[in-house]
Amino acid sequence: MSLLTPEAGLLFWMMISFGIVLLILARYGFPVILKAVEKRKNYIEASLVAAREAQEELGKVVQTGERMLAEARRDQHAILKETTRLKEQLIEEARTAAAAESEKMLASARKKIEAEKEEALRTIRREVSTLSVELAERILREKLGDEQEQMKMIDRLLDEVDISKA
Amino acid sequence: MRQPLSIIILIFIYHLIPIPADAALPAGEEAAGGEELNVKEMILHHLADSYEWHITGDGERDLSVPLPVILRSRQSGWHLFLSSRLHHGEVSYRGFSIASEGKYAGKIVESLPDGTSVRPLDLSLTRNAASLLISSLLLILLVLAAARSVGRDPLKPKKGLGGLMEMAVVMIEDEVVKPAVGKDYARYSPYLLTLFFFILINNLMGLIPLLPGGANVTGNIAVTLVMAVATFVVVNFTGSKEYYREIFWPDVPVWLKVPFPLMPIIEVVGLFTKPFALMIRLFANIMAGHAIVLGLTSLIFVSVSLGATINASMTVASVLFTVFIDFVELLVAFIQAYVFTLLSAVFIGLARVEPHVVRNVEHSPEDHPAHK
Repeated sequence: MSLLTPEAGLLFWMMISFGIVLLILARYGFPVILKAVEKRKNYIEASLVAAREAQEELGKVVQTGERMLAEARRDQHAILKETTRLKEQLIEEARTAAAAESEKMLASARKKIEAEKEEALRTIRREVSTLSVELAERILREKLGDEQEQMKMIDRLLDEVDISKA
Repeated sequence: MRQPLSIIILIFIYHLIPIPADAALPAGEEAAGGEELNVKEMILHHLADSYEWHITGDGERDLSVPLPVILRSRQSGWHLFLSSRLHHGEVSYRGFSIASEGKYAGKIVESLPDGTSVRPLDLSLTRNAASLLISSLLLILLVLAAARSVGRDPLKPKKGLGGLMEMAVVMIEDEVVKPAVGKDYARYSPYLLTLFFFILINNLMGLIPLLPGGANVTGNIAVTLVMAVATFVVVNFTGSKEYYREIFWPDVPVWLKVPFPLMPIIEVVGLFTKPFALMIRLFANIMAGHAIVLGLTSLIFVSVSLGATINASMTVASVLFTVFIDFVELLVAFIQAYVFTLLSAVFIGLARVEPHVVRNVEHSPEDHPAHK
């Protein structure tokens, strides 16, 4: 039957067309597609690895950030505490300084007052003594106007000296 | 789903148009005469190759595309003319005519002066050859377009044609070539991929009933022969030393190979039966598919003489069955391309065996696809 006997003409055309198709596609067709697919596969694998690395990196960065934040917070806390302490110390110092100063001022004022008081007392005493001497002089001048009286006086005074000596 | 359906509807339109004039005769008084539809002849005619591309009509009112006839006669040298010159074998041109009966029925023969006729060397671009060229061109364009689209920016996944072709290529590469060939598969994948797509496109074109398709290309033994020979060449020219040692000095008791080389003979026969099976499998499957579709379609015209009721019900049955068979044929078109490629890959893999220790390790993955 003719269906089972290959025709020379069709064999010829089949060889030509299959040969050309094979030549073209095996060189410019399928290798290009396969290479592109391979390239994409590699790219995807590399991307996955890179993504995982980036994720890890990101995790590390986040951790570092958190650590830094915690440190900063601690520092802030310490600084605040230090500042408060300093402030209080300053206030305390200022207060003691002020107290000392005022004490000094008070002391000097007191001293001055004392000195002035003494000066005043001295002046008064001097006044009083001068006055009393003057008064005594006057009294004596009055009393010792006559001889008798003078003698009496001298006697009495002498007595007194004796008594005080005895 | 729409597409194949419309194709199938086209099959009917294709077969219905010329027939009423033809069928009108058997329906009338002359029915018993020679005008009755000869189903066997019609089917065989459609399965066989032809010198023109018949579109519609029969006998007097033909619509067909003439194809170039290329001949080399021992007497008169090369000839090139259009097949329309021969006009269905009724006319002879430059001493050539299409034989209507005898050994060369349907082929161009040259009438010699002494009254006998011989076949010239016939390289005519027949319907199958033209269809081959068209689908080859189409395949080259498709794959190159896909390659360009995929290759331009390999990192971007493609849509459309590039994506489709890429998916199919990767499927064949991963499911067929890699497991069947084993190590070194990359050397063979361009050949095997070409084989797969070449068979697939020709199978699919054969399912389209109108002009660029419809030819029974992969159902022609010359076509499958060339591909089987190609696989045979690839298998046996790249076979390993161990492969040839197993053929000519297999591991069997010595008496099986020394006085009379029984096993080597069996092995050598096996070399040829493998591609032979490939050739017959594809040819028979595709031819049978075409024959079934044609046979089911002719039910309509055979049953015309049985009356309107039977004819109508047969028409409905015929349409339903043909739709079904065409779906099956779509599946077969893919499966046969896949099987041809898979078996070629398996044969290549088997021809690349390594000496025993390694081979036993590699055997199971190689065997696996063959059992599918």
